[in-house]
Amino acid sequence: MEQNSSLLIAEHVAKSFPLPAGGEQTVLEEVTLNIAQGEVVALLGRSGSGKSTLLRILAGLIQPSSGRVLVNGAPLEGPNSQVAMVFQSFALLPWLTVQENAELGLFARGEAKEICEKEATVALSMVGLEGFEGAYPKELSGGMRQRVGFARAFVMKPDVLMMDEPFSALDVLTAENLRGEISDLWERNAFPAKSILIVTHNIEEAVLLADRIVVLGANPGCVRGEVRVEMPRPRDKKAARFISLVDYIYTVMTNPQAPVAALPAKEPSSRFPMLPHARVGGISGLLEIVNDRGGREDLPKLAESLRLEVDDLLPAVDASAMLRFAEVVQGDVVITDAGKEFATAGVHRSHEIFKEQLLANVPFVTTVIEALSQKKNGRIGKDFLLDILDEHFSASEAERQFETLVDWGRYAQLFEYDANDERLYAAEAEISESTLDG
Amino acid sequence: MPVNLPRTFFGFSPQADAKRPAFGLADVAIGLGVLTLLYVASRVGAQSFVRFNPPEIIPAVSLDPRNLPDYAARSTLRMFIALILSTLFTFVYGYAAARSRRAERVLVPLLDILQSIPVLGFLSVTVTAFIALFRGSLLGLEAASVFAIFTGQAWNMTFSLYQSLRSLPSELDEMATLYRLSKWERFTRLELPASAIGLVWNGMMSFGGGWFFLAASEAISVLNRQYTLPGIGSYVAAAVAARDLRALGWAIVTMVILILLIDQFFWKPLVTIADRYKLELSAGEERQSWLVDLWRSASLPQHAERLTQPVLRRVDAMLAKATAVKAKPQRRAPSKTGDRVYNVSLILITAGLLIAAVRFVLAEVGIGEVGHAALLGLLTGGRVIVLLVFSTLVWTPVGVAIGFSPKLARVSQPIVQILASFPANFLFPFATLGFIMLGISLNWGSMLLMALGAQWYLLFNVIGGAQSIPNDLREMAASIGLRRGREWKALIGPGIFGSWVTGAITASGGAWNASIVSELVSWGNTTLRANGLGAYISEATGKGDWPRIVLGVGLMSIFVVGLNRLVWRPLYDLAETKYRLG
Repeated sequence: MEQNSSLLIAEHVAKSFPLPAGGEQTVLEEVTLNIAQGEVVALLGRSGSGKSTLLRILAGLIQPSSGRVLVNGAPLEGPNSQVAMVFQSFALLPWLTVQENAELGLFARGEAKEICEKEATVALSMVGLEGFEGAYPKELSGGMRQRVGFARAFVMKPDVLMMDEPFSALDVLTAENLRGEISDLWERNAFPAKSILIVTHNIEEAVLLADRIVVLGANPGCVRGEVRVEMPRPRDKKAARFISLVDYIYTVMTNPQAPVAALPAKEPSSRFPMLPHARVGGISGLLEIVNDRGGREDLPKLAESLRLEVDDLLPAVDASAMLRFAEVVQGDVVITDAGKEFATAGVHRSHEIFKEQLLANVPFVTTVIEALSQKKNGRIGKDFLLDILDEHFSASEAERQFETLVDWGRYAQLFEYDANDERLYAAEAEISESTLDG
Repeated sequence: MPVNLPRTFFGFSPQADAKRPAFGLADVAIGLGVLTLLYVASRVGAQSFVRFNPPEIIPAVSLDPRNLPDYAARSTLRMFIALILSTLFTFVYGYAAARSRRAERVLVPLLDILQSIPVLGFLSVTVTAFIALFRGSLLGLEAASVFAIFTGQAWNMTFSLYQSLRSLPSELDEMATLYRLSKWERFTRLELPASAIGLVWNGMMSFGGGWFFLAASEAISVLNRQYTLPGIGSYVAAAVAARDLRALGWAIVTMVILILLIDQFFWKPLVTIADRYKLELSAGEERQSWLVDLWRSASLPQHAERLTQPVLRRVDAMLAKATAVKAKPQRRAPSKTGDRVYNVSLILITAGLLIAAVRFVLAEVGIGEVGHAALLGLLTGGRVIVLLVFSTLVWTPVGVAIGFSPKLARVSQPIVQILASFPANFLFPFATLGFIMLGISLNWGSMLLMALGAQWYLLFNVIGGAQSIPNDLREMAASIGLRRGREWKALIGPGIFGSWVTGAITASGGAWNASIVSELVSWGNTTLRANGLGAYISEATGKGDWPRIVLGVGLMSIFVVGLNRLVWRPLYDLAETKYRLG
C-alpha cells in the first residue's frame, strides 16, 4: 500500500491528572506521533505507559492536557469521527443481536435501514459470522464476540481502525486464530480501513502485525523510540529475523534505560523507584523455572511455555532484577548466585535470603523499618505510608505500591500488616499480638 | 431480516426466527385479558375522577364484602398511578444526578435524606396541601394518597437508576461516544436496558412496601378531621371503627388475592423480560413466566407488532435525529471559581433552611419540648433495636435452614415475598384486640406491630445470604468436623453477615416509619398509646400542631440518618471488605 499523507497526528500531546495529595500525576508527557495512510502502527508498552490513554486521546475520547491532535490536518474537537475502535472487553450490547450490534454505528449516523442492513451483512461475512446475524452475544464464544466488535468497526469504513488490546481477553488459541485472520485481511488489501493503530503489550503480536512499533516507556508514559518492522507479509514466526526482532524488543522493554533503535533514551525520573507488582510467589516461581533450565532462559520462550502475557511475566522479572536475584541480558533472564540460592533454599532459609536482598536493594523498605523503630508502639498507619507514596504515584498506584511493599515485607518477616486497623507492625511486636489474639 | 428494531420496552419482540402460528387459544386468552383490563380500568377510573364531592361530604365506606372488589380495584389504580409517577420521577431525577456533576452534589445527599424521612409524618402536610389545591373535589384526597405511596416508592427506584448509570462499564460508554449514538439512542440502547433489572426489582420491592402507605393514607385524620377515600385501606379502617372482625377477614383475603394477581400478571412477566437485559454475557438459566410464554405463543401480539413496527421505527429514527450529538460535545473543564460560588451558595442555603426550622420550632415550643421529644425518640429507637435483635434471633436460624435447603427455598421464597408485600397494618387490628384482651401495654406491644412489617426484610436477606455460601465451604466444614456452634461462628455467621446488614438496614428504616402508626392504635373507641416519637408525631398530625410535626419528623430523620451513618454504614463497609465471599 502506498504511504503518503498523514491521517492522524498527535502533536506534543501530554496528559496529567491531579493527585489526591496535591500536585499532578503525569500519565503521558510530550508525545508526538504520526499515523500515515496505509500503515499499521503498534503502540507497545507495559502497564503505566499510558498507551491506552494515548489511543483515547487520538480517538477524541479524552482531551489532552496540552498539545493537540490533527485529523486530516484539522484540529480534533470531540470524538474523532474518522476512526472506529475495537475494545478489549468487546463492548457489545448484550440485548442487541449480532446484526443490531454491527449496525449500531451506521444507524447512529442516520443511514437508511436498508444500507445499515447491507453493510452489516457484508462486514459480518468478512469476519466469518454469516448465519449468526440473529444470535445474541451471550450465545457466542469469546472469539466470536470480538468478531462482532470488528464487524461493528468495519461497517464504519474508518480512516484509522483503532484496536485496544483486542486479543488479550481471548484464550491463546482463539487469539492466534483471529489475529491471523485480521492480518490476512490486511495483506489481501481487503481491510475496510486505511490504517490500523493497535495498542498491545504482546511483543510477538506487535511484530506480527505492525509496520512500525512505537515503544512507550512508563511512569510517566513517553515515546522511547520506534522500531520499523521491514519484513515481508505474511510473516513467519519461526523465521530468524522474526525471532531476533522479538528478542531485541524484549531486551528493550526489560531495560528502561536501553536506547530504542539508536534513539537517545530519556533518563527515567525515578527518584523513587517503583516496586514492580510482583508477588513473592511469582518471583520465586520464575527463579525456580529459570534455575531448572540451567540458570538462563530466553524471555519469549519463558512467556510462551508459561502461557503468560508480558504484563504478567515482566513484573516478576523486574522484581528479580531489582532484588538482584537475576539480570536480563539480550532478552534472556540470567540468574545470579543469590537467585540460585533463593530458588533452591528451604522454606526458612528463603525468608532470610529474601530479607537480605530486600534490605540491600530497596531503600524504601529501610525507610519503613526505621519509621517503625522510631515509633514507641512499633506501628505505623497505612495512611502515613500512602501519604508518602501519594507524592510520587497516582492514588491507585500508591495502593498497589503499598500492597507490594506489604507482601514483600511480610515474606521477609520484617513487618506485619493488620488489614483491620490498617497498621503496619514491626515483626516482633506482631508475634506477641497474634499470640494474644489466637 | 424480520426484526431490525432493537428490543425496546414497548413490548416483547418475537424471536427473529419465530414461527407464525395460526390464531389459537392463546390469542383468545390474550384478547379477553386485554378487554377485561380495559373495562376495569375505565370503570374504576371514571369513578375516581368524575365523581366530584365537596370535602364536607365524606364518601362513606360500606362494610359489605361485595364492595371489596370495587375498593380493591380503586386502591390498585392508586398504586399504579403512584408507580408511574415514581418511574417518571426516577428517570428525571436519577438521570440528572448521574449526568451532571454539580446536580449530583445536591441530589444524591438530598435523596439520602428523603429516604430516611418518615413519610407518614408528612401525610398531614400533603393532605392539607392537596385538598386546598383541588378544592371541592375528591381528587385532592386521591392525589394525597397517591403522593404518600409515591414517597414510599420513588427514592429506592431513583437510587437504583442512579447507581446503574454510574456503574456502566466505561468501554460501553466510550463505544457509545465514539460511534456517536444520539442521546435517544444512548438512552434506549444502552442506559435504559442496562438499568432495567435493578429498576424492575426495586420497583417490585417498593411497590410491595407501597401497600403499607396506601392503607395508612386512605383513611386519615388530619387537623381534627377524618378523611376517607374509598379503597381497601379505608375499608379496614371502617371495619376497625365498627369492630367488625368478619369484614377484616374479608379484607385480608382480598389483599392476599390482590398481591398474588399483581405478582402473576405484572411483576413476574416484567422480571422475566428484564432478565434479558443482563450486562454479563454469560448464558444462564432463563426465568419463566406463564404470561410471557402465552404472549409469545399467541399470534395477536405479533400481528399488532407488525402493524406498529413501521410507526415505532419512524418515531425511533425521528427521536434519534432530534437528539443527535453536536459536532463538539466535549465538556469544558468546569471553572474553579464557578465551583466555589456553587459550593458556598449551597452551604448558605442549607444553613439558612436549618436555622429557619430551628427558630420556628424553638419559638413555638421551646427547648424543653425538644428535649422531651428527643427522649421519646430514644424510646422508639430502643424499640427498633429490641425488635431487630429479636427478629434476628428468630429468623436467622429459619432463614439459614431455608437457604441451605434448595427444596425448602423453592417453596418458601415466594411465600416470604408475599408476606413482605402484605401491608402489616391490615394485621394491626388483630394484634390490638389481643393487647386489649390480654392487658398488654402498647409500650411493649408496639414492638410486635413494628416487627410485623419489618421482620421479613431480615428473613429474605438471610435466606439469600445462606444461599450464596458456596457448597465447597459447607462441605469443608463438614469434612473437618466443625460442630454446629463452631460452624456458625466460623462459616455461617460471617457468610450471611453482609446480607444480614442489608436486611437490617431496610428493617430498621421500615420500623422507624411504622412506629408512627404502631405507637397509637385503636379498636372501636378504645385507643392504645405508647410513649414514643411515633405516637408524638401521630398525635401532632391529628391535631394539626405544626411546630410539633416539624420537630417530631425532623428529630426522627436525625435519628434515622444518624443511625445510618454511625452504625449501619460502618457495618456495611465491614461486610463489603472483610466478609465478602468470592
